Amino acid sequence: MTETDTAIETDDLRVTYTADQSVEALKGVSVGFAENELTTIIGPSGCGKTTLLKSLNRLHDIEPSAEVAGDVYVEGEPLYDTDRPVPEIRRKVGYVPQTPTPLPMSIYDNVAYGAKLHDDYSNAELDDVVETSLRKANLWDEVNGRLDAPGAGLSAGQIQRLCLARSLAVDPDVLLCDEVTSALDPVSAKEVEDTLETLKSEYSIVMVTHSMEQSQRIADTVAFLYLGELVEKTGVETFFEDPDDERTERFVAGETIVDTP
Amino acid sequence: MSNESTRLRRRLAVEGASSVWFRAAGYFALLVFGVIGATLVWKSLPVLTEYSLVELLTSATWDPARNSFGFMPAIVGTLAVSGISMAIGAPIAILTAIYLAEYATDPWKTVISSFVDALAAIPGVVFGLVGLIVVVPFVGDYLAPVFGVDSAGQGILTASLVMSIIVTPFIVSLTVESLEALPLELREATLSVGATEWEVTKHVLLRAAGPGILSALLLGFGRVFGATIVPAMLIGSQTLVPETVFSPGQTLTTIIVNDFGELMSLPLTQSALIFVGLLLLVVVWLFNFAAMLLRRRLERRWQY
Repeated sequence: MTETDTAIETDDLRVTYTADQSVEALKGVSVGFAENELTTIIGPSGCGKTTLLKSLNRLHDIEPSAEVAGDVYVEGEPLYDTDRPVPEIRRKVGYVPQTPTPLPMSIYDNVAYGAKLHDDYSNAELDDVVETSLRKANLWDEVNGRLDAPGAGLSAGQIQRLCLARSLAVDPDVLLCDEVTSALDPVSAKEVEDTLETLKSEYSIVMVTHSMEQSQRIADTVAFLYLGELVEKTGVETFFEDPDDERTERFVAGETIVDTP
Repeated sequence: MSNESTRLRRRLAVEGASSVWFRAAGYFALLVFGVIGATLVWKSLPVLTEYSLVELLTSATWDPARNSFGFMPAIVGTLAVSGISMAIGAPIAILTAIYLAEYATDPWKTVISSFVDALAAIPGVVFGLVGLIVVVPFVGDYLAPVFGVDSAGQGILTASLVMSIIVTPFIVSLTVESLEALPLELREATLSVGATEWEVTKHVLLRAAGPGILSALLLGFGRVFGATIVPAMLIGSQTLVPETVFSPGQTLTTIIVNDFGELMSLPLTQSALIFVGLLLLVVVWLFNFAAMLLRRRLERRWQY
């Protein structure tokens, strides 16, 4: 397997939640996510998958009880130990949450919103950004003609693709997807999956998922997180057929994982 | 077996009885509203048959001793006090709520929230007393002279200033509640396209919480509109159409408070004062109704 460039990587990343009692959700994770690939993060519930994902665009900043140590690097630039403004950092690392989340505005404005914040587009240019983003998200044909309707009026599957389009409109390098198909029916889920597959040639996608089948279908690389630690990260075929770690083998087989020291 | 069926029968009997109870409690609310409305209409009839509605609402002369019942001064006073109080109180309240819900962290968040809640629990009459000691001399001795107006300190503005403080904590609590009820994902999704926290608040959160904030403002308005004791203490109680905001005046509620004691023995005056009560009821009801329609519109438009 040839070495690909790394789009985003963590270095000894530790996240501790200090709300009621101190819980170390990530215990020193160092992992790189390759450029223009789709990497899924899998693991049992509560093992730190979403925590890892949110630390990749500093979403823990709004949670006072979360403490982040270590750092994340996007194209060699640190995310945490830096003077760069956080909105500029987040713009480069898009995020689609698990719950379909339209903004309280029209379909058009949902997509144009971020773009309008960053640049002075003319109306024609903005129309162009919106159409391109919606096309990339495979939603254009379904919403063209009712762009002024509220975003919340779409179906859950359409909203997830609207969220993708919204992220794409600000031209990110990395896309973070947090179980984006788990709230969807199988048909809608498939549409979102297909969209992600076409996007990965242009964007580096990191996706948290519960579904091993989904990983097998669309991932290039799989990272297995267990109890806040990275167990292993490897190409999708190796991962499911010949994993290194015994815990991975057990997880893939659907067995209880016994923590081997 | 038979034990089981008695048990089921008993459970179903309780079920049947409970639904009757709840329905009765619900209808009771309607009944109370009906009784109040009917009483007010019935008792207002004498003055309404004697004078035309237009005359009552537009005449500026209030002199019950001579059977002159013009409500213009009180209507203007009520509108002025409600308007000024909300104009001052609402922005302060919404800014405070945004700070508490979105920016403040502990310990300040807890400390300030608890003081806001405590403010809401202070009886109006206490605000009235503090207003008499602090706000009346402030307005009379400092504020009015700046505008070249002669004022004893009691008047429309004084009552409005104190009412704007009274109304703030209610609007703050309800606005904070609507903002905090919004899902975290809304913030995360908006931040992730590179928005600043203020942009998230302004473009997304205030809209998504808009219907709730509207309800908060409405509740605040209702409180100012129906406020009685504080205006009665601070407005100066002159039943004249106020010339400036420093003029003493009267509101629909204070006119009842001031005159109901001795004048209630005169049937026509009694009827006139009860008509004021009817007016308050109708306006508040219409206002609630309009707000409900507006809220529905906003909910559709700013759906998330």
